[in-house]
Amino acid sequence: MPCYTVSMGQKPPTHTPEKQALLVALRGILPDHSVLCEGEQVRPYECDGLTAYRATPGVVCLPSSAEQVQQILRLCNQMQYPVVARGAGTGLSGGALPLENGVLLSLAKFIRILEIDADNRTARVECGVRNLAISEAAAPHGLYYAPDPSSQIACTIGGNVAENSGGVHCLKYGLTVHNVLGLKALTMDGELLEIGSKALDAPGYDLLALLHGSEGLLGVLLEVTVKLLPQPERAQLALAAFHDVTQAAQAVAAIIGAGIIPAGLEMMDNLALCAAEDYAHAGYPRDAAAILLCELDGSNEEVSELIMQVRDLLLANGAYEVHTARDDAERLKMWAGRKAAFPAVGRLAPDYYCMDGTIPRRHLPAVLTRIAELSRKYDLPVANVFHAGDGNLHPLILYDANQADERTRAEEFGADILQLCLDAGGTITGEHGVGVEKLNQMCVQFTAQELSQFHEIKHAFDPKDLLNPGKAVPTLHRCAEHGAMHVHHGKLPFPELERF
Amino acid sequence: MDADRSAELQAAVREAAASKTQLQISGGGSKKFYGRAATGTLLSVTQHRGIVHYEPGELIITARAGTPLAEIEAALAAHGQMLPFEPPHFGPTATLGGTIACGLSGPRRPYAGAARDFVLGVKIINGQGDILKFGGEVMKNVAGFDVSRLMTGALGTLGILLEISLKVLPKPQHELTLAFACTPQEALTHITEWSGQPVPLSGACHDGARLVVRLSGSKSGVTACQRKLRGDMVHDGDKFWQQLREHQHDFFKGDALLWRFSVPPATPLFNLPGQLFIDWGGAQRWLKNPLSADVIRASAVKLGGHATLFRGGERIGQVFHPLPPALLALHKRLKNAFDPHGIFNPGRLYVEF
Repeated sequence: MPCYTVSMGQKPPTHTPEKQALLVALRGILPDHSVLCEGEQVRPYECDGLTAYRATPGVVCLPSSAEQVQQILRLCNQMQYPVVARGAGTGLSGGALPLENGVLLSLAKFIRILEIDADNRTARVECGVRNLAISEAAAPHGLYYAPDPSSQIACTIGGNVAENSGGVHCLKYGLTVHNVLGLKALTMDGELLEIGSKALDAPGYDLLALLHGSEGLLGVLLEVTVKLLPQPERAQLALAAFHDVTQAAQAVAAIIGAGIIPAGLEMMDNLALCAAEDYAHAGYPRDAAAILLCELDGSNEEVSELIMQVRDLLLANGAYEVHTARDDAERLKMWAGRKAAFPAVGRLAPDYYCMDGTIPRRHLPAVLTRIAELSRKYDLPVANVFHAGDGNLHPLILYDANQADERTRAEEFGADILQLCLDAGGTITGEHGVGVEKLNQMCVQFTAQELSQFHEIKHAFDPKDLLNPGKAVPTLHRCAEHGAMHVHHGKLPFPELERF
Repeated sequence: MDADRSAELQAAVREAAASKTQLQISGGGSKKFYGRAATGTLLSVTQHRGIVHYEPGELIITARAGTPLAEIEAALAAHGQMLPFEPPHFGPTATLGGTIACGLSGPRRPYAGAARDFVLGVKIINGQGDILKFGGEVMKNVAGFDVSRLMTGALGTLGILLEISLKVLPKPQHELTLAFACTPQEALTHITEWSGQPVPLSGACHDGARLVVRLSGSKSGVTACQRKLRGDMVHDGDKFWQQLREHQHDFFKGDALLWRFSVPPATPLFNLPGQLFIDWGGAQRWLKNPLSADVIRASAVKLGGHATLFRGGERIGQVFHPLPPALLALHKRLKNAFDPHGIFNPGRLYVEF
């Protein structure tokens, strides 16, 4: 329904003259039904997977061709309207949070798989293609796309590139950045960039890497060429139960120390594994303090040999029980519990707050102990789900947003966990991105000069700061304000900046 | 020996920025032949050296840029680990900084990943003389733009590398090399077929007479695959791959212009005169050919890839594949974002900046 059409009984929308001009121009580019600006129409776009942050988008555009996206960007660049690009909206850091004074650019219509090239083992797809759909399209050729974020049924490849998504198999197969060969993207002024190809590298700077994880600040993706891998002959999963989280952490170190790189190596603590068991009936032992899921893949012979080595290592490092999947059906059932861990934990409380820090693995026991102490301090339960192989920790803080102080307590608890990750030599986000959620923590992880360098990079692509502004990289003024609130070790960050 | 010279290097950059003096950043000089001819006042990074942190259990190593590559590889080997991208040294003086600045990778690259895939973090000096840190020592890290990978292969034009953190991997439990006498086109057909199957390849090349492949993994897995593929066992396989990595194979001898084609791996044999060596499972093809750069580059584009004049010739024209206008403009803006006075390795990558 076009924005100027008013149904019976509704008040006509009151738009500023600038916005009226924008709407008229957008309707010159798109059919009326692809420009949304009224309450009910735009509500589905008011947040992404981080539902605690919401805003009503000024206008939602649903283009269906690259030319339309290009025209919209040129128009907004000229009229100085900010633009937020959005895929499936499954992101967990508010990267696709819309702006009330801006255009929300939904790329939901870009869902064509353009080419599967079996000989070169590549797939060229539009940005709105779902992650899992790529592997489904490649399956007849015995190929698949390796990165598998838990949201892979719904999340899009464009969003995966923007966030540099991981998944449970990235220990062996890498993140999105390791599995993409080429991109087509538009800059804010509508310039088309063709980066990479089906070859393994490209001349000049590594713009492919720079666009990965850039959270929609540098360009709008149109097309992605991904690398496909041959499906492994066999995969086998071992589940080990431990009475003690520290032992589970030691077992992880022992496996990797023995020169084995499993396809996946995941840990869950008691609260998380019990929730997952209740939800998915995966066969997890409820009396364990922690479980490890260790998946090996490769040729039949290799998997048979390594699974025995892994079993011995797990038992030697304190596992009181090791179970290997009898068949593929049981293997998938055992994974189902892990993949459903977030929604499963979500049933334990009205709300949960998912953290995403990464730490050097050797600090895991100390960090988990400290998280347990903080849980008592803030009086909020926490379940821990952990990509143990690569040190990426997802503590899930349980709270009730309707209890006045619980949300504040959950946020403070979360901030303490991120500080803990930084103190351990890690990072505030392993795979979910900064978005709007971790802007303050960026002020702690980076110096003012480093943040300025990020802004310089941003301005090389988007000098007017119109593409997803206010996300991913905080302004120095914001950091100055934040610094005034949180003084670390008695040292005031950004002392050179004016306070207000 | 091991020393932290970042303060001296920073002072040198600040002085150069103030006086707009162009700097030629130099490591061990082993890859001086690569890229366009270097100009500017020499600034050596070799004294800034030493392994800062190596944690075998975490699969990470951090070292200063001037650390000899050989020293890093020896430290890793002592723990049964390696740099999986098999960087070529091209001489005993190769440093870690030069290796990452050039971003070159060896025969294992299509199967294990390139230099940029293993860079986890960097400490740099930008063109204002600021010391900045990006990334870190963890495998997964999406805080801020990925400056670490942007630095890889930038030939020092964006900043001086001070420290680099890399992901490392255990050496494979078992490896063997097999050879098959065949034509280059037959070799490409075999590689394409095997690459689409779960074959534990870790190297695949055609040296003019034979297809040579390396298999890596557990002993039982590699042996089972060997039975399937057959072929002739190459007993000094390690030496063969080492020579290929270092361009010590007979093919690379002599002064002929050496072109590097980077193309989609299954690209059929191309019809250009000259001697050909196929590596990276078809994705990297070396051609010794005196044809004009224009002819070479037009062919590379037609094949969906790009061409680099890797060695030889007057290195004053474009050595790397020229960029289309939109990308060239963006490169200049990025260069300006890091090095506003244009002091770092001017013209080493492209004529224009």
